[in-house]
Amino acid sequence: MSIETSRTHKTSYDAETHARLTADSDVIVARYPRARSALLPMLHLVQSEDGYVSPRGIAFCAAHLGLSTAEVSAVATFYTQYKRHPNGTYTVGVCTNTLCAIMGGDAIWEDLSDHLGVGHDETTDDGVITLERVECNAACDYAPVVMVNWEFFDNQTPDSARQIADDLTAGKAVVPTRGADSVCSFKEMSRVLAGFGDGRADEGIGAGVPTLRGVELARAEGWTAPEFPGATASAGAGATVPVVGGEQSSAERPATTPADVSPAAEQKKQSTDDAKES
Amino acid sequence: MATTLTPVLTDTWDADRSWSLASYEQAGGYRGLRRALGMQAADVVTMVKDSGLRGRGGAGFPTGMKWGFLPAPDGGPRYLVVNADESEPGTCKDTPLMMASPQLLIEGMIITSYAIGCHHAFLYVRGEILHVYRRLLHAIEEARAAGYLGSDILGSGFDLEITLHSGAGAYICGEETALLDSLEGLRGQPRLKPPFPAVAGLYARPTVVNNVESIASVPSIVQGGSDWFKSMGTERSTGYGLFSLSGHVTRPGQYEAPLGITLRELLEMAGGIREGHELKFWTPGGSSTPIFTAEHLDVPLDYESVGAAGSMLGTRALQIFDETTSVVRAVTRWTEFYKHESCGKCTPCREGTYWLTQVLQRIEAGQGTLADIDLLLDLCDNILGKAFCALGDGATSPITSAVQYFRPEFEAGTHTPADVLFPPEHSSLFSYTPKHELAGVHA
Repeated sequence: MSIETSRTHKTSYDAETHARLTADSDVIVARYPRARSALLPMLHLVQSEDGYVSPRGIAFCAAHLGLSTAEVSAVATFYTQYKRHPNGTYTVGVCTNTLCAIMGGDAIWEDLSDHLGVGHDETTDDGVITLERVECNAACDYAPVVMVNWEFFDNQTPDSARQIADDLTAGKAVVPTRGADSVCSFKEMSRVLAGFGDGRADEGIGAGVPTLRGVELARAEGWTAPEFPGATASAGAGATVPVVGGEQSSAERPATTPADVSPAAEQKKQSTDDAKES
Repeated sequence: MATTLTPVLTDTWDADRSWSLASYEQAGGYRGLRRALGMQAADVVTMVKDSGLRGRGGAGFPTGMKWGFLPAPDGGPRYLVVNADESEPGTCKDTPLMMASPQLLIEGMIITSYAIGCHHAFLYVRGEILHVYRRLLHAIEEARAAGYLGSDILGSGFDLEITLHSGAGAYICGEETALLDSLEGLRGQPRLKPPFPAVAGLYARPTVVNNVESIASVPSIVQGGSDWFKSMGTERSTGYGLFSLSGHVTRPGQYEAPLGITLRELLEMAGGIREGHELKFWTPGGSSTPIFTAEHLDVPLDYESVGAAGSMLGTRALQIFDETTSVVRAVTRWTEFYKHESCGKCTPCREGTYWLTQVLQRIEAGQGTLADIDLLLDLCDNILGKAFCALGDGATSPITSAVQYFRPEFEAGTHTPADVLFPPEHSSLFSYTPKHELAGVHA
C-alpha cells in the first residue's frame, strides 16, 4: 500500500468493529461448504461498514479467508456493484440500455446529469447521490426505469427522476414503485445483500400493473390453463379452481355420496384437508 | 383468437400478499412437494423428462435430460444451483416471479433437489434487485419454519438447506460456469467445457444449474403430470412460458401463454403497437437473439419455428420498437453493453466487442465509411463461434440481423447521424425538448 493511499484510507478497524465484522463473517462462511464462497457477501459486508470496498476491507476479507489482498482485489474489481471509492448515501441509476434508453432513459440521464452536475459513477459534493448509468435491470415492461439503491422506480420521466434526486438531497424519504416503503441507505442495502435481513420483506406490493396484465386479462376472458387431471370442474370465469392433493389423497377416492360431487361440499372438504395438511 | 393465455406460474400473482407462505399454501402451494416426496426420486426425474420441459433461461436444453446427466451417486455431495442472475437485455420475467411468488421457486428447488439427490441448494440472484433478495430470504425462512426445509422434510427423511447468494453486478455470471466460479468466490469467468457442470460443477462436484422459470415450472408438472404439461405448447416445445412484452406496445407486461403463440396474437392482447405507430423491429428473446421485423409477426414462438426463421426463442423477451426508432442506435447501445460486460477472458470477445463499438459509434454519429458495414460483418464473423462462451456469439446477433434487414440505415450512417434521421424525442414515451445538440451525445 502506497504512502499516499494510507493517508486517505483508514488502514484497520478498531477492536470492536473488527470483532463485529468477524462475527458476521463467521455467519456468512457457515452458509457454504467452502469458505472462499463467502467472499462476495463479505465484500457487500465491507461496503455496509465503509460505504465502499476499502483497502482495510480488502485486508480484512483476505485475512479472514486466508487469501492475499491481490486475490481479493481481483474479485472486487470485477463486479460493478463493488465501489472503489466512497459511494454516496444513495446510488441513483438510470437505465440506459437500449430499451429504456429509447423509451426515454437517455433524456432522463441527460437531464439528471445536468441537474446534479455529475457524470457516471460520480458523487455529488454533499455526498448524497452517486449517479450511474446502469444496464438492463429486468424491469423492461416498466421502462424507462430508475433504480435508487437498487429499488425500482418505474415509468420515469425527467421530471419525476429530478424530483427523486431533489427529495434525496433534501433528506426526504423516497418511496419505490415496487419495493420497501422507503429506500434505505447504501450501507443498509449492502448489509441486506450480505445476507442479513432487515425485516422489510413484507413491505410494498407483490406486483405492479404490467406484471399482472396477462393474468388479469386471463381472468377477464375466462382463460385458464387446463385443470390438473382428476381436478373437479369449477364453474365460471375467475372462480378459484380447487387443486387436488397428492397421490392417494381423498380427491382420488370414488364418489360415494351426493356430497362428494357437490362443488360446495368439495370446496369445504378441500379447506378441511388444507387445514389438516398445514 | 387461436391461442389463449394459460396462467400457471402467474396464477397467484394477483393474490393478497402473494409472496407470503400463507397465501401460497392457500392457493394450493406445496402440494407438488407432498406428491413428489411420495414418489421415487427417479420417477420425478422421469416425469420432468417426459414433460418435455426445456430450459427457460434461453438455451432451451431439456431440463429432465440435464438432471439425468448426473453420474450415479458416489456418496459425495451433489448440488442444485438456480440461476437467478436475470440480466439479458429485455428479459424481465424471473424478477417479477420472485417478487410476487418466491415460494413457487423454493418449492421447485426442494422438489428438484429431492429428484437429483441434493442436500444443499444454492440460489444465485443478481445483486441489483434488492427487494427481490429480501423476499427470497424471507421465503426461505418461512419455508424452514414450516418444515419444508431443514432435516426430515415433512417426515420424509429428506434433508435440504438452501443458501441465498447475491451477485454483485456482472451479466456474464448468467453463463452457468461463470456463475459457478462467482459462487466459489472468484471473478465470474466461464470455464472450459467439458467437463460440464453435471460432472464437475460447483466445487468440482456433480451440479445441476437451472433457470428460475424452469425450476418454478416443476411443482405444477409434478401435480399435473407430464401429459398435462404436454397438452400445452407444441410437440417439441411443450408447456407454457412467460412472454415479456416491452417497448412501443400499448400494454407492456407479462403474458403467460403456451409456447407457439405468435407476436400477432400477443400484440392483440396487449393493445397493439402504441397508437399511431407501426412495428419496425423486435427481439424474440432478448438482445442476444437476432432481431425480427413485421414479416415475422406470425412465426410461432417456439424453439423450432423461431430457429427456422433465423433467430432464437431465448428468454421470450419481446422488445418492441416502432418506426421512430433508429436501428443503428439500438444496435450500438446493445454492443456497448456487450463490450462493458465482456469478462475479458477470450480475445475474440474482449477485443471484438471493443472494435465493434467503435465502428458502430461512428456510424451512429454519421461518420462511418462505406467499408464499415463489411468491416462490422467481418468482425462478427471473427467472433461468432470463436468466442469462449455465448456472450460473444450474442454480441454479433443484433448486428448481423440488423444489417440483414436494415442495411440502408447503416449506409446512411456514412453521411447522416442517427439522431437526425430518427430524432430520439419521437421514440420516447414522454414528450420533451432535447437539451443537447444532436449527434455524438452518446457516441
